[in-house]
Amino acid sequence: MKKDIILSGVGGQGILSIAAIIGFAALERNLFVKQSEVHGMSQRGGAVQSHLRISDKEIASDLIPYGEADLIISVEPMESLRYLPFLSIDGWIITNTTPFINIPNYPDLESLVTKINSYKNVIAFNADEVARKVKAPKSSNVVILGAASQFLEIPLENIKSGIKTLFGRKGEDVINKNIIALNAGIEESKKYIIT
Amino acid sequence: MKKLLLLGAEAIAQGAIDGGMSGIYAYPGTPSTEITEYVQNSKIAAERKIHSKWSANEKTSMEAALGMSYAGKRAMVCMKHVGLNVAADPFINSAITGVNGGLIITVADDPSMHSSQNEQDSRYFGKFALIPILEPANQQEAYDMAREGFELSEKYKTPVLIRITTRLSHSRYGVVVKETRAQNNNSLPDDSKQFVLLPAIARKRYKILLENQSNFLEESENSAFNKYFEGNDKSRGIIACGIAYNYLMENYPDRNCPHPIVKIGQYPLPKNLINKIYNECNEILILEDGYPFIEEMIKGFFDTGKVINGRLNGSLPRDGELNPTIVAKALGIDTKEGLPIPEIVTNRPPELCNGCSHRDVYEALNEAMKSFGEKRVFSDIGCYTLGALPPYNAINSCVDMGASITMAKGAADAGLIPAVAVIGDSTFTHSGITGLLDAVIENSPITVIISDNSAVAMTGGQQSSATGRLKEICIGVGAEPEHVRVLTPVPKYHTEMVDVMKEELSYNGVSVIIAERECIQTASKKKKEKSKE
Repeated sequence: MKKDIILSGVGGQGILSIAAIIGFAALERNLFVKQSEVHGMSQRGGAVQSHLRISDKEIASDLIPYGEADLIISVEPMESLRYLPFLSIDGWIITNTTPFINIPNYPDLESLVTKINSYKNVIAFNADEVARKVKAPKSSNVVILGAASQFLEIPLENIKSGIKTLFGRKGEDVINKNIIALNAGIEESKKYIIT
Repeated sequence: MKKLLLLGAEAIAQGAIDGGMSGIYAYPGTPSTEITEYVQNSKIAAERKIHSKWSANEKTSMEAALGMSYAGKRAMVCMKHVGLNVAADPFINSAITGVNGGLIITVADDPSMHSSQNEQDSRYFGKFALIPILEPANQQEAYDMAREGFELSEKYKTPVLIRITTRLSHSRYGVVVKETRAQNNNSLPDDSKQFVLLPAIARKRYKILLENQSNFLEESENSAFNKYFEGNDKSRGIIACGIAYNYLMENYPDRNCPHPIVKIGQYPLPKNLINKIYNECNEILILEDGYPFIEEMIKGFFDTGKVINGRLNGSLPRDGELNPTIVAKALGIDTKEGLPIPEIVTNRPPELCNGCSHRDVYEALNEAMKSFGEKRVFSDIGCYTLGALPPYNAINSCVDMGASITMAKGAADAGLIPAVAVIGDSTFTHSGITGLLDAVIENSPITVIISDNSAVAMTGGQQSSATGRLKEICIGVGAEPEHVRVLTPVPKYHTEMVDVMKEELSYNGVSVIIAERECIQTASKKKKEKSKE
């Protein structure tokens, strides 16, 4: 069993939180987990990425090789396309369609979403809106995680346990909001056919 | 067997704590910052009273650590690769004085310059100093090397260099942690003259260091971190250093590489293993996440031996970090490509945060400079370096810590007047004060702008050394009080800022303008923490 996941977005959008949740869930299953991130200048502008590798065997490289990623999980639409060179032929892109516009020449959103949907295996939706609908406006990242969860080969109970581990210190309320967000993402992803 | 999920940097920190360290000395620098932060946040470290406050710069860190070692206790110094340039003087000489308590210098290199001015390879510094180097391939080795490095150091009374790169430092994996050793007690060096590098004594100490070279070689040849893996296909032998070993093994998922491999984790190079693989194989491929340091050695000046494949003959790119795909290509293995990035994806270059005080400084400076000339703003290393990019395009140099002030002075000496320096508060205390002294002594016509956000911001908001005391320091160094101005960089004071800058730019001597406003990131972090209380 192996899952190579690229997580992407803009700094501050909670990518590392999703990575941590998946990581905790995988550890609970006694799987090997390797997770890399970027710090410093590479963080200051925006584009943030994390390579998350899960396996039932020891993991060698900290970086995912080109063409090997099973999933690109993105909380920002343009960022979901930046790491396409890593995506495997049958890999899935799961992305939020709410843009983070901090540059003057951000592309036209409609063209961007059309481009995203032109790829083979895509789940792209407005996670911010879904999060708002279930009264968890700060948890659009966890909504995206929910949408991606069917591809992780990790039981839902472990992912929920991962949420509890990450947000434990912030109290029951926060944990529950995030579980609701996770479930909303799962529901949303059911609208897409799994090949 | 307790397993922790640790970044490579954190593994080194935990290893050092478990190795009986009494103090860690450092200045923030990506990708080394997290080592010291881990110790600062560690409960065990607090219980054991392990020193972990930030130093003013890497040189003072190195010297303080050497002082702790002198007094018999174990110390670690941490820095990024260019930080070792700053610490080079005490570093090289610590090999000659030798140590008392174990001393480890941990350097984090940055191939591909993700957050740096260059991608220099610190293994050269280890060779230069003639000391053992440890280079971990993974997080477990990073932990073990830090934990056991103090023993190696005390065995030969030599400092030891640990060298990692960004991709290991900022990647998490499970690490088995071992028991925590006791710290040393205070003790004094046996030889009362050991640390006195007068020529007569230094020559004796140097001979001892030279004699130790054969001991260091023996350690490498018997080291658990250097391994020979047999292989039937001897058309090629592979030497892989540090993290490059991981990229190699990624290409053989069942760990079934057909070629012989030498995995290097400790230097000097183990002659026994290198001789064996060279003699047994037709060609050698050398994988290093850094400069072609070993490659050059083994190829030799005349390159008349067997074919050595690596960065120097195009088998690997000459610059930049390695990754599994680059290594696969060098091995002639088929690689996958994924899909190309579509044109619709545009760059998101790094930029200053919305509301950053540096923005207000640059808005004012750009306006003030209009009547004084272009291309004469010398700057430095920090978040404010981003002023080089649009929309500000405000600065014209960034070379090394503190160079802003001294380059401005040199340019003014050459007749480029006024010359301006833009420097941050932490960079100023790191290495700007001595430059200001030079300028003050000659009353150079320069204007120094200290953009003071009371933080070491780019590296994550660590504490700055002299917050609140910059004006006193500048006057203490000799700047004229009437020409040390303090401003608050906010939009509503834009006009005042421009006026003050114009006045000081016109002044034919040293001016210092301190623009004070806390970094919005650190300010908001503090607010969040306070609201929790």
